[in-house]
Amino acid sequence: MKAFAKTLLAAALAVTVAGAAQADDKVLHVYNWSDYIAPNTLEKFEKQSGIKVVYDVYDSNETLEAKLLAGQSGYDIVVPSNNFLAKQIKAKVYQPLDKAKLSNWDNLNKDLLKTLEVSDPGNQYAIPYMWGSIGIGFNPEKVKAALGENAPVDSWDLLFKPENIEKLKGCGVSFLDSPTEILPIALHYLGYPTDSQDPKQLKEAEALFLKIRPSVTYFHSSKYISDLANGNICVAVGYSGDVYQAKSRAEEAGGAVKVSYNIPKEGAGTFFDMVAIPADAKNPAGAHAFINFLMQPEIMAEITDEVQFPNANAAATPLVAEEIRNDAGIYPSAETMKKLYTTVDLPAKVQRDMTRSWTKIKSGQ
Amino acid sequence: MNPSKRLLPSGRQLVIGVPFFWLLLFFLLPFAIVLKISFAEVEVAIPPYSEIVSWADNQLSVLLNLGNYVFLSEDELYLAAYLGSLQIATISTLLCLLIGYPMAYAISRASKEMQTVWLLLIMMPTWTAILIRVYAWMGILSNNGLLNALLQGLGLIEAPLQILNTDLAVYIGIVYAYLPFMVLPLYANLVKHDASLLEAAADLGARHLTSFWKITVPLSKNGIVAGCMLVFIPVVGEFVIPELLGGPETLMIGKVLWQEFFNNRDWPVAAALAVVMLAILLVPIILFNRNQAKELEGKV
Repeated sequence: MKAFAKTLLAAALAVTVAGAAQADDKVLHVYNWSDYIAPNTLEKFEKQSGIKVVYDVYDSNETLEAKLLAGQSGYDIVVPSNNFLAKQIKAKVYQPLDKAKLSNWDNLNKDLLKTLEVSDPGNQYAIPYMWGSIGIGFNPEKVKAALGENAPVDSWDLLFKPENIEKLKGCGVSFLDSPTEILPIALHYLGYPTDSQDPKQLKEAEALFLKIRPSVTYFHSSKYISDLANGNICVAVGYSGDVYQAKSRAEEAGGAVKVSYNIPKEGAGTFFDMVAIPADAKNPAGAHAFINFLMQPEIMAEITDEVQFPNANAAATPLVAEEIRNDAGIYPSAETMKKLYTTVDLPAKVQRDMTRSWTKIKSGQ
Repeated sequence: MNPSKRLLPSGRQLVIGVPFFWLLLFFLLPFAIVLKISFAEVEVAIPPYSEIVSWADNQLSVLLNLGNYVFLSEDELYLAAYLGSLQIATISTLLCLLIGYPMAYAISRASKEMQTVWLLLIMMPTWTAILIRVYAWMGILSNNGLLNALLQGLGLIEAPLQILNTDLAVYIGIVYAYLPFMVLPLYANLVKHDASLLEAAADLGARHLTSFWKITVPLSKNGIVAGCMLVFIPVVGEFVIPELLGGPETLMIGKVLWQEFFNNRDWPVAAALAVVMLAILLVPIILFNRNQAKELEGKV
């Protein structure tokens, strides 16, 4: 019996000790997208600040949001996309940034900050981390074989003209499985505003998709990376950085499969992933130190070199590897930039309608 | 009688109390929370739904919003999803029974040592995480996967068969994953059968097939019902297998629930969907209980 009491006491002590370690300002819980940081970034931060980083990853905004909205997520740093951030700010998920603690703020790209005020007025709650476009990833040889030398690989016509996509069906076509990111492409193609809340325009976008639906192999937000690299599909509407990742993988595998990425000439959607601090973060001081660390140009350039997404740090651009910074698919030209639109937060009702349209497009129900 | 003894629960009550406490803590309480959310309204806040119970001016008010349930009846999508789930669950349960019964029967007829080996073989796959096993099936069924390579190698087909991302793949995955839950209760039942009954039937001139249908099958009814329940109920709410193996046409309630919760941020409608699903599942459970009660009565 005595031994049992001792064990209990030891267990109680262990819990107290663990509790003390948790409350310590020396631990920072970071929750970021998978494959979205350079291998040595965290190590450098730990060395510089003496704060230990506990790093977790997720693969969808929805997963992150469910944790944040349930409350007490336990994270000090999270990285939602800008349209999700906007709604989460309204739900009072975040604490305002203390800009006095962010000495590297001026390194950020002023134009992008301004664009982001749609989601975060006054840039109070978040800094942009990486961004990218949603364009066309394709296998040039297979597309040429199906559509001939003049295949419109630089235009949404490739996918929205039934006579084109029908011929691509044989080699495989995929779209992201995300109504709020894909339906605006159809709206844009039809000449409507990308944040349209008009049910009639949304119906037309739905009809456009229903027409080409039989030629779509699947809707998925990550599977296309390996399928493009293996040659299982020949066209994927996807995130720029992910298509470049497929390209790297194909090259590593011997280069038998070629992968290219184009931002269509009509324009394309963009997303921004934002670094923010939850209101109930246990270590806000450490979180600010981490954000300030991330805004150093060298650190940001290293991450871009690794993940092949452009960062939002103007001072970092010259430090990014030349082949990445000169690639118009990754760092678009000023002219292309003008044609890009941001994915914005929509009212719950519109979002529900879009999800419903999407189910109809995908399952026919 | 010692009055202090009265206050302490007797050992008997304690023993009965444990499972009740378990049910209360792990079934009734979570269900009450889900039920509560299903009557709330969506809000942009943490948590993203309104509080239905409020206390103001010494008045306790409970605001029940039935709109979520009305909403479910207005869109045929939800009915289609429930029916889709029930269809997949029914067909998979029947397939499990068709495959599992002969397996369980054969095991129960094997020698004692072999029974242990066979049972171990049935259970062994479940020691690996379900996710890894489903991923293995993706590797087997994909267009350039093992199965298509084999069939093409044998010259049976020319172009690869599209199996992955179809309902067929979902059935394969579900039957594979849930087969042990069918085989084990059936085996537990079949192994207890008295062999002398079959001998008596043979003495009276019954053929093997006749005695199987007239003696073994009716005696194993409880095993069949238990196995079918263990497969049917979890399959109705299955999410992982259809998500990974199924195609966009595979419509199941688990996926629709996911969409409400994650894509639409509508926790109340998601909760209402879950409550209705539970109500649908209660029907077979009640039928099963009735059946059991009847059987007990019959024995007395």
